Amino acid sequence: MPASRRAATLPLLLFALLAAAPFLGLGEGWMMTLLARGMILGLAALSLWLVVGGAGLVSLGHAAMLGIGAYAVVALDEARITEALVVAPAAIGAAALFALLTGAVALRTAGVPFIMITLAFGQMAFFTAASLAFYGGDDGYTLYARSTLAGGRWLENRLGFHYLCLALLAGAFLFCHLLLASRFGRVLRAARENPLRVQAVGFSPYPYRLLAYGIAGGMAGLAGFLLANATEFVAPSFLAWQRSGELLFMVILGGLGSPFGAVLGALALLLLEEGLGHLTPHWRLLLGPLLVLAVLFLRGGLVGLPAQLAGTRRHG
Amino acid sequence: MVEPVLRLDGLRKRFGGLTVTDAVSLAVAPGEIHAVIGPNGAGKTTLIHQVSGTLRPDAGRVLFAGQDVTGLPLARRARLGLARSFQITSVLPGFSALENVALAVQGRSGSSFRFLRPAAAEAMLNEAAMAALAQTGLAGRAAVPAAALSHGERRQLELAIALAMQPRLLLLDEPLAGTGPEEAERLVALLQGLRGRYAILLVEHDMAAVFALADRVSVLVQGRLLASGAPAAIRADPAVRVAYLGEDEAA
Amino acid sequence: MTAQLLLVQALNGLQFGILLFLVAAGLTLVFGVMDVINLAHGVQYMLGAYLGASLAAATGSFWLGLLLALPATLACGLLLELLVFRHLYDRDHLAQVLATFGVILTLNEAVTLLWGSAPLQVATPALLEGGVTLMPGLQYPLYRLAILAAGLATAGLLWLLVEHTRAGALLRAGASNRPMLAALGVDTGRLFLLVFGLGAMLAGFAGAMAAPILSVEPGMGDSVLILAFVVIVIGGIGSVRGAFLAALLVGLVEVLGRSLLPDLMRLVLAPSPARQAGASIGSMLVYIAMALILAVRPRGLFPARAG
Repeated sequence: MPASRRAATLPLLLFALLAAAPFLGLGEGWMMTLLARGMILGLAALSLWLVVGGAGLVSLGHAAMLGIGAYAVVALDEARITEALVVAPAAIGAAALFALLTGAVALRTAGVPFIMITLAFGQMAFFTAASLAFYGGDDGYTLYARSTLAGGRWLENRLGFHYLCLALLAGAFLFCHLLLASRFGRVLRAARENPLRVQAVGFSPYPYRLLAYGIAGGMAGLAGFLLANATEFVAPSFLAWQRSGELLFMVILGGLGSPFGAVLGALALLLLEEGLGHLTPHWRLLLGPLLVLAVLFLRGGLVGLPAQLAGTRRHG
Repeated sequence: MVEPVLRLDGLRKRFGGLTVTDAVSLAVAPGEIHAVIGPNGAGKTTLIHQVSGTLRPDAGRVLFAGQDVTGLPLARRARLGLARSFQITSVLPGFSALENVALAVQGRSGSSFRFLRPAAAEAMLNEAAMAALAQTGLAGRAAVPAAALSHGERRQLELAIALAMQPRLLLLDEPLAGTGPEEAERLVALLQGLRGRYAILLVEHDMAAVFALADRVSVLVQGRLLASGAPAAIRADPAVRVAYLGEDEAA
Repeated sequence: MTAQLLLVQALNGLQFGILLFLVAAGLTLVFGVMDVINLAHGVQYMLGAYLGASLAAATGSFWLGLLLALPATLACGLLLELLVFRHLYDRDHLAQVLATFGVILTLNEAVTLLWGSAPLQVATPALLEGGVTLMPGLQYPLYRLAILAAGLATAGLLWLLVEHTRAGALLRAGASNRPMLAALGVDTGRLFLLVFGLGAMLAGFAGAMAAPILSVEPGMGDSVLILAFVVIVIGGIGSVRGAFLAALLVGLVEVLGRSLLPDLMRLVLAPSPARQAGASIGSMLVYIAMALILAVRPRGLFPARAG
């Protein structure tokens, strides 16, 4: 179908751009660091999109999954286990388990209570991380070294890490597409639109939502694994609720309608923060109002901006 | 006597001090169209909720396909073959007509915990869904999003969804509500076409439609069953005329 | 010793609970009546503390500062309603969460810019300095008792307002059945503005009162906000009575858990791991309690909405 091919053009373009970035004059150290961070947060935002855009549930505690993934790296690092083939699955598993346990309670509600409960569980994880004195407590924990991959120190290599992040982001993006189009995803999307209708044809939305929440948790855990390796430092602030709010904003900024929006939103917000940060140390004073304005006026997100502009021109 | 598909046994439901369903017992035989009529506030909607599983009765039992389903929720009853339509049309507005129906087919055919294969490409789901759409006269509208269908078409779509479940019983809650005369006529013809193939419990306000369709009519007044019998007998029943039909004719 | 410590911590818990209630009451009313989730409510608490502190310093009197902080926070609340919230009533919860999140970022940073990031110290008013002897050998700060009393009195006033006035009847009607408000011909725009302003003022009052016993710093509203969310989720969203009971419960669990668990843990663990485990479980206790209550009653203890 041409429509779906057109929908695939932008993501392909973006991923190609990211792949070529090191050779387009963006290969400097700080730029590569920024791009890696963008891709990792893109992966985290993508996982949150699965919950918000896919299942229609607004979670305000997603940073906890990211942080738990990162703390899994810390825990294994302290035990001198640094093999990525062990560490990454552990990070995914820990975050997914947390998501399943808290999701089992949170998903008994919907709407605003769900928002508040996910926020509360996120806060619980935050306080727990802050009280872990043997992992540095409030001050955080510096890793001895980045994870090794199959025994080799591939992740130390800046290019290698760049492409690892890109490959995982692109893979997760593809996975989200397949998941939403599958039988499972169809039930999930249907339950978002009309839960009663879904029950009337024989599905209870709960297990589908819970599993989606768990999968999203696992993906965020993977992002946490990458983030810990990118910064070689993990602190409770990874789990702060403001981080959850930022992730949510990335999803909305890009556009809730497609997983691509989450990736785009993550990169856009990161660049915006970086740009504002160059202007003033009080950059949040500018970001806050921009955020409010974006919510009030940018209804379709960045992905929907061309259509919105065309619509405005036609009406006004 | 044939084993009924659905049997309600002394259902009772109270809201605060108000008894909305009071000792209601009735049965729907296989292939039978059983209509429940009653004036506004007679408790028809509450009864439907208890049959479909969205409300739990305070007393009594719901037996469906030989099984006590009183404690089962909507989704479990649906999987046993109880398909309901809603008084206020309830479809998936963002899904195409075909995908609306395909979801119902998916509900009865295999696990839906399948994660990577595109559901829209499953020929088996699509064929069964197309068949149900054709049966309700919507074959030409398969690709249209439900939100873009006319009200009458959405009524037909709900029926297609119900049929795609291959149900043992169709529970139709005012299927003609809000339709124009032409649309109503088309829907009645459609329901006529289902006669004998499905057991149907029909709650409907349109008396012409009820007496044209029903094999059996039960009259609900203030939560109680006033009478139950063949349409002709009900029409002739003086108590029913006083309690309900007379009032209707006077209006 | 242990019994006295327990009593002191229980009083601290109640006093913290009553502050939580003042914040949660506005939150639950705003949500119950307008169906709006307002993350920026904690900011009102912070503004109350800062405005109270600054006004006290400017006027030289804690009491004048507290008194002036009320209209000041009310004005802030009304301004926010007109600028931001007004445009969110017909939007979904996601939009409300994000826009109010933006408000938090802005105001936290604005406070940092105006007052600096170092915590502000506010002196206890001379009238309420010192302590009261509750039992032989047990002194309790007078000011904390005063907070408890003032909070209870405010809760009482709020109860009178909600249960025994026409405006209160409208609030209750709105919380249990929103379309009814419009059907009654109520000017919802004005009612919403009023409820929002009242909520903001209550939170501001709590902040201004709490200023002498805690450090006034940017972001201080955030942690209170999250606990207030726990309170209204446990209490049943939209229910003021539920919020009151849940606030006391959360206050007690939070304070007692954090202070007593490290000691309790020493009964089964060595001192150092006991302190560790006690501290982390103590900080999780409120959330565990919430999870347990919701597992049994997903709609909270006193759900306001019927159906």
